[in-house]
Amino acid sequence: MSTTATQTLDARGMNCPLPILRTKKALTGLAKGDTLAVVSTDPGSLKDMQAFCKQTGNELVASSANQGEFEFLIRKN
Amino acid sequence: MGATDKLLAQSLDPALLDQWFDQRFEAKMAEREAAHVPSLAIIATKGTMDWAYPPFILASTAGALGWDVSVFFTFYGLELLKKDLHLEISPLGNPSMPMKMPFGPQWLKDINWKVPNVVMAGIPGFEKMATGLMEQTVKNKGVASIDELRSACLEADAKLFACQMTVDLFGYSQDEFIPEIAGWIGAASFLPQAQKSDVCLFI
Repeated sequence: MSTTATQTLDARGMNCPLPILRTKKALTGLAKGDTLAVVSTDPGSLKDMQAFCKQTGNELVASSANQGEFEFLIRKN
Repeated sequence: MGATDKLLAQSLDPALLDQWFDQRFEAKMAEREAAHVPSLAIIATKGTMDWAYPPFILASTAGALGWDVSVFFTFYGLELLKKDLHLEISPLGNPSMPMKMPFGPQWLKDINWKVPNVVMAGIPGFEKMATGLMEQTVKNKGVASIDELRSACLEADAKLFACQMTVDLFGYSQDEFIPEIAGWIGAASFLPQAQKSDVCLFI
């Protein structure tokens, strides 16, 4: 997944609300249609990332959880 | 009924007119809702390290969500706007605060040290120690520092207001505070902002 994204963000080890803040910052630097891959370990980020994308109008293309790590792919709108 | 309304009513079927209005009204309301930028107003009144987190976490997150954010720092909350943050935490009289070691083997970290208030109050430097342990715990758990969250608020264009009355009351001078302060104001200036906000919190 991370190989196809325009940019990747490693938010592992960060706790609420840092993954969201860093995601927002990374998205600001991207162009419309670009994708951002985020990987985090904060269990709260699973729900937070959905809410963040819904609120900011960006598309959460994919999200997955495996072995305590959460991966997200976001397309900037 | 005005002249135009009368003319309209004569030439149009009132039922159709009602239907048209309902549809237009719905559409306009939806348009308005879509264009609405949510807003958050916080009144921050506390200046200890534990109480510094809620306003800055909520304000920075709301900023990241694209909301309009304003925070009014008053009384001890003003401490959170100082250039040099020296925020301390007190376990004294705070039975909800877990007292755990951020160092050592897991079994040691898991112990919740129930220190009686009378002991805490009697040991010099107990709060300094508790503050140090909390700072270490925050670091260990990947939680942002207050400084970091405050910067995130400013980056997100959150407006941080300082209460002028408190500055006078506690004998502070304005240059002890960060230069990014949006204004030195009073309750009469902040309340009208709070009134228009979608979410208003007193912390």
